[in-house]
Amino acid sequence: MNLETIIKKIGDYQGSKLKIMEVCGTHTVTIFKNGIRSFLPSTIELISGPGCPVCVTPPSYIDKAIEWSLKPNCILLTFGDMMKVPGIQKSLSEAKAEGARVEIMYSPQEVLKKARQNPGITYIIASVGFETTIPIYSLLLEQLLENNISNVKFLTALRRIIPALDYICATESEIVAFLAPGHASTILGSNAYQELAAKYHKPFAVAGFEAEHILIAIYDLLRQIETGKYEVHNLYPSVVQPEGNIAALKIINKYFIPDSANWRGIGDIPESGFYLRDEYLKYDAGSRELPAEDKQLNSKCRCGEVIIGKINPEQCPMFGKICTPIKPKGPCMVSTEGTCGIWYRFSQREKK
Amino acid sequence: MCVALPGKVIATDGLFGKVDFQGNIVDVNLGIVDAKIGDYVLVHAGCAIEVLKKDKAQEIIDLFQELESMV
Repeated sequence: MNLETIIKKIGDYQGSKLKIMEVCGTHTVTIFKNGIRSFLPSTIELISGPGCPVCVTPPSYIDKAIEWSLKPNCILLTFGDMMKVPGIQKSLSEAKAEGARVEIMYSPQEVLKKARQNPGITYIIASVGFETTIPIYSLLLEQLLENNISNVKFLTALRRIIPALDYICATESEIVAFLAPGHASTILGSNAYQELAAKYHKPFAVAGFEAEHILIAIYDLLRQIETGKYEVHNLYPSVVQPEGNIAALKIINKYFIPDSANWRGIGDIPESGFYLRDEYLKYDAGSRELPAEDKQLNSKCRCGEVIIGKINPEQCPMFGKICTPIKPKGPCMVSTEGTCGIWYRFSQREKK
Repeated sequence: MCVALPGKVIATDGLFGKVDFQGNIVDVNLGIVDAKIGDYVLVHAGCAIEVLKKDKAQEIIDLFQELESMV
């Protein structure tokens, strides 16, 4: 088997119309950058999933982060992706322009040095992310405890991908197969999808981030669909183990506990969040105090439907008109891995 | 946001190590991987999340070979 054969076989697909969801935003980027859709027959539709942590973070979280950044002797540290995400009032970027103390971090580890050097400042870490990122916060907390550093707090919006996929499997019956995320699966393991595959009779393929990986995974899913299988295939074995990264899972569970969490545009999904365990609450910056029901940001914003694959970005009336990467109205336009931002940057190329 | 890049471990010192990304040397937390000097690790936000078992090109060649028996 080679790439040409696979592309031909995918193009020759004669079955009924179907939708495949790529869960991870980095996969969406690979799909666009490599023009993967141009190899697919019109009957196969790729739908982008909820795998962008920035996009699913509720607006009240941004407001809470801003509130901290305005407190005396407090500095908020955040990944750059979060800066332009609209809160109910404003974004972190706008708050910073008005004098709020917000700094961009490359890694949460950076706080160790800062916190030691400036004991009078409390550092709040805007802790967003899926399973890929959660071990890093856990490792950091361990070092804070070991070194008796107490001027660091976590404002968490940590999300678990399996409960979110369970929600999508249960509500979006048109999606028949899943390209499972590569890096979250590094932590979780490919076996983590077995239960969903069996429960909903849907095949999963864990894929890497090269164009070949994606095409191989699409071919694999099509063959599974055609032969009535619903298995989990690990097509990224250079980094993903069936059982995942056990040390990472262990340290996550040492410090964090699953509970219900609010997803922007979706609402509460049971057990879909991770929160600091009660013993470590002095390191928490009020992550559980966010309102369960989030106010609608902008009545025309349809990010919620984009996140769960109900619509594609072009079906949103604001897309590319009043909502652009320079002046985003919704989170999916902000992040480099948000579906709308990716479509805006790449989709013109595909229309021709 | 879950972007992760492969780099080569060139030094280790307890929890931390130095990882070479094509000449750019970065301090990386090695707390959840079992990495030795010379290993390639996948790094996300300053933390190695896994040791690479083989290179990407070899993986893709192997996948093509395995594809027929897999499905």
